[in-house]
Amino acid sequence: MTGVEIEARALRKSWGDTQAVDGISFTAEAGKFTVLLGPSGCGKSTTLRLIAGLEQATDGSIRIDGQDVTQRPPNERQIAMVFQSYALFPHLNVAENILFGLKVRRVPAAQRKERLDRVAALLGLSNLLERRPAQLSGGQQQRVALGRAVIAEKPICLMDEPLSNLDAKLRHEMRVELRALQRKLGLTMVYVTHDQAEAISMADRIIVMNGGRIEQAGTPGAIYDQPATAFTARFIGTPPMNLIALSRAGQSLRVPGADPVLAEARGALPDNLLLGIRPEDLHLSDQGVPVQVEAIEYLGADNLVDCRLGSQRLTARLQHRQEVAEGRTIRLRWSTEAVHLFDGLSGARLDKASWRAVEPATESINRMNAAVVDGPS
Amino acid sequence: MLARREWIHGWLLLTPALILLFAFTHYPAVTTVWHSFFSTPRGQRPSTFVGLDNYDFLLADSTFWQVLSNNLWYALVTIPVSIALALMMALWVDGKLRGRGFVRMAYFAPTVLPLIAVANIWLFFYTPGFGLIDQVRGLFGLAEVNWLGNPDLVLGSVIVVAIWKEAGFFMIFYLAALQAISPSLREAASIEGAGRWTYFRRVTFPLLMPTTLFVSVNAVINSFRLVDHIFVMTEGGPDNASSLLLFYIYETAFQYWDTAYAATLTVVLLVLLSILAIGQFFLVDRRVHYR
Repeated sequence: MTGVEIEARALRKSWGDTQAVDGISFTAEAGKFTVLLGPSGCGKSTTLRLIAGLEQATDGSIRIDGQDVTQRPPNERQIAMVFQSYALFPHLNVAENILFGLKVRRVPAAQRKERLDRVAALLGLSNLLERRPAQLSGGQQQRVALGRAVIAEKPICLMDEPLSNLDAKLRHEMRVELRALQRKLGLTMVYVTHDQAEAISMADRIIVMNGGRIEQAGTPGAIYDQPATAFTARFIGTPPMNLIALSRAGQSLRVPGADPVLAEARGALPDNLLLGIRPEDLHLSDQGVPVQVEAIEYLGADNLVDCRLGSQRLTARLQHRQEVAEGRTIRLRWSTEAVHLFDGLSGARLDKASWRAVEPATESINRMNAAVVDGPS
Repeated sequence: MLARREWIHGWLLLTPALILLFAFTHYPAVTTVWHSFFSTPRGQRPSTFVGLDNYDFLLADSTFWQVLSNNLWYALVTIPVSIALALMMALWVDGKLRGRGFVRMAYFAPTVLPLIAVANIWLFFYTPGFGLIDQVRGLFGLAEVNWLGNPDLVLGSVIVVAIWKEAGFFMIFYLAALQAISPSLREAASIEGAGRWTYFRRVTFPLLMPTTLFVSVNAVINSFRLVDHIFVMTEGGPDNASSLLLFYIYETAFQYWDTAYAATLTVVLLVLLSILAIGQFFLVDRRVHYR
């Protein structure tokens, strides 16, 4: 069993006036792990259910392995699915649950047994086959649900927040396990989650959704390093990227109420601008931009330091050995590569052709010093 | 000391319930058995111990056997038919359906209406000649039928009323159970390619088993207990063709005033019901999955 490609074209689903999925197009490549990521209500689960055939698309089409399956029932779409609630049959034991689909499809008993043995061994369920779902822990139930999907030997596996009912430790273990299983079986996996850490650690490709639309699709690295919108920038990463409003005077872009010039306009820019910088890209430096420390959150290895720069707030992730105290002024520095600029209204990323990040340590400080020498203007 | 006081408190708290239970359930039950071994006191003749005479009489009483067989047929038809109907109606109104609330209410209405009132309405349906059923039959040129006067038809006619009365009540239990089944089970089954019938046979029906057991125990009890419509519609007639065990007990006790024989009949009814209930639990319980 090797994965096949899924393609959604201008897919739309609405209930009355509510647009759950608003004309999205994307491709989940064969044998790849694709994650649909977004906050609750963004349409990611609906998209998955449209692929599964559990919901009928209002408009648009779904192609699986090149064939239009938009009108086909779920069992003719070459898919297996793991539900958030696991959807195990409570009156059937583990073996019967896993074999349910094979029995429905009248697979011969000998083959059923062979496949059950293989799947049970693969998922470590061999000792639990006689148990009822109620007699299993959450993690074990999760495995049974997985077993039911794997034994079908379908090229596509759809997962709807499968780990959200597990505790943190188990969730981490299952993440690794799921990823390994997907690689081993070569499945095309489409995985829905609202947990960006889960998405980044498992996905080959992430599709970030918001309000029924796709915000960005790309590899975890691309999405983290080059967020296409302010929404993605805010959604990915813990803590999320700092987005601070800038005010413009001539070519200079500053934080309102603070002197340092953080960027310079080179071309046409919108009036509302957001500057993005990740907390981990901020460092202490004697030559940096002075900011006031407002609060410190200890995380162990690192501290999250909330600082005030003019009218804006930003969070820096600093090593915990560094001496920082509330109420003090510290100087922060960052590399110009770490700076992103977004349109404050549309949220779109602004091309580097139209602006330039200013090295805070050099020019702006120099300018600030110059301002001190010149006296107030 | 403290333990002893708690013990006393416990019993004091239980006493009101115990008194009621003993006065109205256990004591009458025991005296019923006791009375079944005595003759009925009449005028100058006090009641005397007669041993198993009442039971001998019972075995020889052809009316008793007819009533018992009536009751068995009554149970044999009403129980499965009303349960099957209830299940079908519940499956129907559980689905996406226009005016679902109205349909549910309509099905439940027979349960809300008092059986005595309802029996009067049915009496009109069954009236030969101008009753509803005969009027409809008349449209097709069919002859009049005396539904309640014909010994061959009367039992069937009262069975229909009982089914009509019970199915809606049982439907409510099935409906509640159906709505407790997670819709994701159906979705999981549909992804595996299970059709409606397979899903019903392999998932819905097994998950409804606790409800089926509960409903069937109730149906069995009701088939011996629910005789209100017999009073209104047939009074057991004609020629005892529609008389049921409980109705016969009533007649014996409060029309012929043969209290000893009525006690004997009651003992038989109690034994019968106990055997059925125990049997049901032992037989069916093993195959029921409780969540």
